[in-house]
Amino acid sequence: MHLNFESSQDKLIVYMLGELDHHSAEEVRNMIDDRLDRDKYSKLIMDFGGVSFMDSSGIGVVIGRYKKLHMRNGKVCVTSIKSSVKRVFELSGMFKIIKLYDDVEQAVNNI
Amino acid sequence: MGHNRIKIEFLSKSQNEGFARVAVAAFASQLDPTIEEISDVKTAVSEAVTNAIIHGYDSEEEMITIEAIINENELTVIINDVGKGIDNLEMAMQPLYTSRPDLERSGMGFTVMETFMDSLEVKSDKGRGTSIIMKKIFNPLC
Repeated sequence: MHLNFESSQDKLIVYMLGELDHHSAEEVRNMIDDRLDRDKYSKLIMDFGGVSFMDSSGIGVVIGRYKKLHMRNGKVCVTSIKSSVKRVFELSGMFKIIKLYDDVEQAVNNI
Repeated sequence: MGHNRIKIEFLSKSQNEGFARVAVAAFASQLDPTIEEISDVKTAVSEAVTNAIIHGYDSEEEMITIEAIINENELTVIINDVGKGIDNLEMAMQPLYTSRPDLERSGMGFTVMETFMDSLEVKSDKGRGTSIIMKKIFNPLC
């Protein structure tokens, strides 16, 4: 899994590339949390456009970041999810608490 | 399609999760699946293998076995570990339940397997291991 970071004011944007499973989840979690903590971001945009595979480990990663930022009165949203990955998210009911946007631009303007 | 069968064995290292799901998907490809069907199989296999690694075994030096069988248009996947076994199967299979909240697990593994495959059977003996038996029928209308 490869991660690219960008920022826009108080928002951290992470572009994920590759497969998100139990093996890659820990590294993804640590890299995102390092950035969130270092620069005190309160909003996180996770872009799934480059995620070709995800199992339920990915749900844990997103919910974990949601809990972390919720405690700082922050927000998490997700963008550009492929249909196979979306089905895993839908099963979890996660979209009730975490917003999905078509792309990063839309997320930056609305979150 | 007739009959075909494979058996693979690998160490319970998380690096092998990707290998396991791709190997089973490659075997299933002879059933001429849709992209969605293949993605379902990969996701379900990934969940079962992850469970064996996280919950079945304490070390990375144990073996996980996968058997995959094709019978006409039906794929059966059997994932075996000889680890700890599941304490309370009914509880383990409930959506959102996890015995390892410390690992940020979502508790959705069995729900994913049940949803993405056509049938799921779990056999577990405490101290002796767990077998997950999943089936999927391809192109049911043909």
